[in-house]
Amino acid sequence: MEFLSDIASLINSTLRISTPLVFAAMAGIFAERSGVIDFSLEGKMLMAAFVAAVGSYYLGNPWLGLLLAIIVCVCLSMLHGFASVTHKGDQVVSCVAINILIIGLTTALAAAWFGQAGLTPTLNEDQRFLEIHLPFADALRDIPVIGTLYSDILSGHYVFVYLAYLSVPLVFWIVFKTSFGLRLRAVGENPSAVDTAGINVFTMRYKALAINGVLIAFAGAHLSTAVNANFFREMSAGRGYLALAAMIFGKWHPKTALIACLLFGFTDALQIRLQGVELPAIGEIPVQLIQALPYILTVVLLAGFVGKAIAPNAIGQPYIKER
Amino acid sequence: MVSPILELTDINKSFGHVQANKNINLKINKGTIHGIIGENGAGKSTLMSIVFGLYQANSGSIKINGKEINLSSPRDSIINGIGMVHQHFMLVENFTVLENIILGFEGETVFGEKLQKAKEDLEKLCKTYNFNIDLDATISDLSVGFRQRVEILKSLYRGAEILILDEPTGVLTPQEVDELFKILRSLKDEGKTIVLITHKLIEIMDLTCEVSVMRQGEMVGHTKTEDTSKEQLAEMMVGRSVLLRVDKKEIKKGETIFKVNNLSVKDDLDVTRVKDVNLEICSGEILGIAGVTGNGQTELLEALSGIRKVESGSIELFGEKISDQNNFLNPRMLKEKGLAHVPEDRQRMGLISDFKAHENLIFGYHDQEPYSKSAILNNKEITEYSNKVMQEYDVRPNSPNLITSNFSGGNQQKIILSRELNENPKVLLVGQPTRGVDIGAIEFIHQRLIDMRDKGAAILLASVELDEILSLSDRIIVMFDGKIVGEKENKNVTDRELGLLMAGVA
Repeated sequence: MEFLSDIASLINSTLRISTPLVFAAMAGIFAERSGVIDFSLEGKMLMAAFVAAVGSYYLGNPWLGLLLAIIVCVCLSMLHGFASVTHKGDQVVSCVAINILIIGLTTALAAAWFGQAGLTPTLNEDQRFLEIHLPFADALRDIPVIGTLYSDILSGHYVFVYLAYLSVPLVFWIVFKTSFGLRLRAVGENPSAVDTAGINVFTMRYKALAINGVLIAFAGAHLSTAVNANFFREMSAGRGYLALAAMIFGKWHPKTALIACLLFGFTDALQIRLQGVELPAIGEIPVQLIQALPYILTVVLLAGFVGKAIAPNAIGQPYIKER
Repeated sequence: MVSPILELTDINKSFGHVQANKNINLKINKGTIHGIIGENGAGKSTLMSIVFGLYQANSGSIKINGKEINLSSPRDSIINGIGMVHQHFMLVENFTVLENIILGFEGETVFGEKLQKAKEDLEKLCKTYNFNIDLDATISDLSVGFRQRVEILKSLYRGAEILILDEPTGVLTPQEVDELFKILRSLKDEGKTIVLITHKLIEIMDLTCEVSVMRQGEMVGHTKTEDTSKEQLAEMMVGRSVLLRVDKKEIKKGETIFKVNNLSVKDDLDVTRVKDVNLEICSGEILGIAGVTGNGQTELLEALSGIRKVESGSIELFGEKISDQNNFLNPRMLKEKGLAHVPEDRQRMGLISDFKAHENLIFGYHDQEPYSKSAILNNKEITEYSNKVMQEYDVRPNSPNLITSNFSGGNQQKIILSRELNENPKVLLVGQPTRGVDIGAIEFIHQRLIDMRDKGAAILLASVELDEILSLSDRIIVMFDGKIVGEKENKNVTDRELGLLMAGVA
């Protein structure tokens, strides 16, 4: 029985840890499917975390904080678009600039507003998202298997966790079942084909970036107003890059990107649990080795099981109409 | 009197300082096949891109059926019944035929009923014109000929009354050209208007009712096709009379000096592109390689010139093994042994286009006397030499200090040719020598190659232009899918025979 509850709690943390990765990977899919590289997922996530925490602190409502984060992230995406779509600048350079800007900006603004470099005040219960307990979760807990599944795995998450996993089928549907999705994929593969079909390439890319901004805002808000109760310096901790990797390993496809995100989340959840565990015959494994486990596992799995990732054909290339 | 379906008046268009179209006037009559002929860079594609709404003219007006219209994007043109098949197909390679055709004209936000209807309509269209296209096939699985049909189908589905085709035959085998022309004729019979952009005189004579000639951005003449001849059109295109046939002496074949044994070569993606190729070239002989683009000619030339590693097999020069899978000589060492290479991609491999002409003229020999002494360039010598050689090769403009990218394709090619031929190579590898080169320069380049042959060089000529292969070569081999599928003496060979081999059918 204890074994079962261990598994349940492992799955539970996997779902939680993967949440920002899923949002960011879905955001990345929109940008990159349209042909715009987005390394700035990391910076935007950090900015969203900061804005959500500050917004929610002042306005007293985490939803308003989220709304502000969405607005700011869409603006940042537009900035990326302005530099790399309209002015045909190098997309990677534009992203790196945004990332550096935001690391400095969040730290400086926190210092100016709250007197602490890179730290915002702790949010009270009204100012942050709380775990949602699904109906009858307590009553059903004692039923074997179904109880564990429902009460320990499905119930008790932040709203973002549910939204993240709901976003995956939604993204899939948009990208593959709608005319917008068809145009989105086409513009990342062969923008000239889109242009000669009478569709504005630039508008398409801006639309994709706007959606990208909305999605990434959820990832940031999850970090600072749900799992944590404040913003702290560089709290995104490379999740934006990890999500980008997941998206690439997932071949720019929502379903496989989800699997890659869950894999990252799972290995991370596992390594926390394995720390300090004594193995028979071997003894305690050094913490450093355990912490490296997710990355080792990732490399092994990806090298062994994922074929060659083929990027959208026109990715990274600004569209130039006239010679 | 037939009324023109499309009428252009005083169209002007410039890109930066280059005026691509100058005061163009053009009338195209309904239900005709109208040819627009001109050399590369004459402004034909630009003009038609303006009609298709892709570029906007600086001034001038466009009328369709007598009504003046404003074309600010391809959408406007499509709505007004104009369709265009571009030289480089505007298809998304990993989409299906159906997806490519409905792109931009889905008619619904979420795919459902309209998609089904589109499919039925397209199947009907396919049947009408005998297109034989599987709508669910992925573009990357289709041959070039079929991709072109998809493009035509796309335009028809979008309601094109005027269909513009930009250099449609460049990538096709002769058989595919026949098929295309059949389709175009049947479209004409249906009452559609077709505009054919080309630089090939023979196509104009074959297919069109009327023809307009462009030269250096200007419209220099209109005529009914039946009232003109190839020679006359060529003269209008170039602005002087041109020799369309190459004069060639009887072959004086020497001994075999270049030999390739069981050669296999892989490309950058690790796909074997040249498969077990054997060939020999004698001095005083031109060996032509015919084939549709992408059948291993590029990789073969690269391996022979020392740019690409040999997977297996060997290459011999004067009986001495110069390359096999273990070691190969680099291009410089090959050059010293008397092998010269005119690469097929002149912008990328033949020239440094941001360099001045005189730098490109001596590049590769820049560290030899008299161009340099003790590692210091001798500018006076270089300039003198450049002036001399540019005159000799008729490079225009004759200014060694001009940046190379400002020269036309033909003149760039002359720069490369002069550099490679200057050392009197024993073996000359030439890839696509006249791609993007104007007729006047083609004549010159062909004559130079013949001169080299008569002087006893062994020449390997790879070209996708069958006419070029047929008029220059003494012997012809055909490559298909990396293999040599046929070898013929160039006597009474027809392009039909070669075409079958090129398509891998025979």
